[in-house]
Amino acid sequence: MANGNVTTGKAEDLLAEAARWRDEGHKVALATVVTTWGSSPRPVGSQLIVDDTLRLQGSVSGGCIEGAVVHEAQAIMEGAPPKLLEFGVSDEQAWDVGLACGGTVKVFVENVE
Amino acid sequence: MKREILDRLQKARAAKQPTALVTDLTDGRQLLQADGDNLGELSLDAGQQAAVTAAITADRSGPLPEHPNLFVHVYNPPLRLLVVGAVHISQALVPMAQVAGYEVIIIDPRKAWANAERFPSVQLIDDWPDDAMTALAPDHRSAVVVLTHDPKLDDPALGVVLRSPAFYVGALGSRKTHAKRIERLREQGLGDDEISRIHAPIGLAIGAKSPAEIAISIMAQITQVLHGVPPLVKAGQPEAAPREMVG
Repeated sequence: MANGNVTTGKAEDLLAEAARWRDEGHKVALATVVTTWGSSPRPVGSQLIVDDTLRLQGSVSGGCIEGAVVHEAQAIMEGAPPKLLEFGVSDEQAWDVGLACGGTVKVFVENVE
Repeated sequence: MKREILDRLQKARAAKQPTALVTDLTDGRQLLQADGDNLGELSLDAGQQAAVTAAITADRSGPLPEHPNLFVHVYNPPLRLLVVGAVHISQALVPMAQVAGYEVIIIDPRKAWANAERFPSVQLIDDWPDDAMTALAPDHRSAVVVLTHDPKLDDPALGVVLRSPAFYVGALGSRKTHAKRIERLREQGLGDDEISRIHAPIGLAIGAKSPAEIAISIMAQITQVLHGVPPLVKAGQPEAAPREMVG
C-alpha cells in the first residue's frame, strides 16, 4: 500500500506539545474526553490543548463544542479549579454550541502546571 | 496536571511501559501508575488499584465502573505486528494491520522477497529471525506471525517468541505441518505450555483460500485474542472443517 503510513500516538504528541508551550512560558489547559454516550465524534481519551494566546491543538469533538471548552479552559489556566463539562442533547448548551451527532460527552478540563 | 506527572508520563510512554493516569474528576487530584510505581497525591484502595490494573490489561480508558468520579486514562505502548516471512500473504496482511493501528515490521533474510518494491511502506529487517526477534523483544502488546513455511526461518523465531510475553503467536501450516513443528520445537527444549501458545493452523476458520482471505482470517484472530473474546461458534452450525490445504 503506497503511502500507507498510519499515524498513532497523538496523545503523546499533545502532551509533549503542552510541555513545550509551558517551557515557552505560556499558560496551558488540557481538556480530555472522559465519557461518551451515543454517537460522540471522538472517543474517550481524546484531548485538546489550548494556551493563553488561544493556540489550539487536538480535538474533543468534531469541532462543535471546542469553543465552549476553550472558554472554560481560559478561566482554568488563570487559576479557576478544574472542571467537568457535560455536553449532550438534553443540555441547553449543547444546542447552543450545536453538538451535531446526538450524543453526550463529558470533558474534563485542567490546568497544566 | 502537575508537571512532575506529565514528565514521568512522557518518560513511561517513551519506554513503552504500560501506564495509567487516574484523575479524581471532583478535584483534579491525580495518580500516575507506571511500571509498578505510583506518583501523585491521589491514593487508591486495593479494590480501586485492581480496577486500574484491569483497565490497563483491557486497554480501556474511562471512569472506574464502581467509582465514576475516578477517570482512568490508559497509555499503553502501541500495538505491533511482527511478521516473519515477506510472502504473498504478508503483502495483504501489512496494510490491513496498519489500518487496524498496528506498527508492522517484517523479518525475512531473503532479499528477493523482502524488498521495498514488494513492501513499499513497512519496516523490513533482513537479519535471521531469531536475532531480529531478540532485538525487537516482543512485549504484551505485540502479535507475532510466522509465515515462511520454512522451518529454517520459522522455528528459530518461534524459539524466541514463545519465551516472550507476546499476546498472540500464529504459525502458518496445516495440522500435519504443525504436528511436525511441535516435535522440532520440543527438541529445541520448548515445553508444552509454550508450544500450546501457537495458533495453528493460523487464523479463524472462515474458509479462507486466497492470500488476502487468509490475511483477513489472521487479522480477525489477532483481534479476537487481543480483546479476549472466546471463539465464536453459532448455534446449530457445524464446526468449520479443518483447513488442511492452507499454507
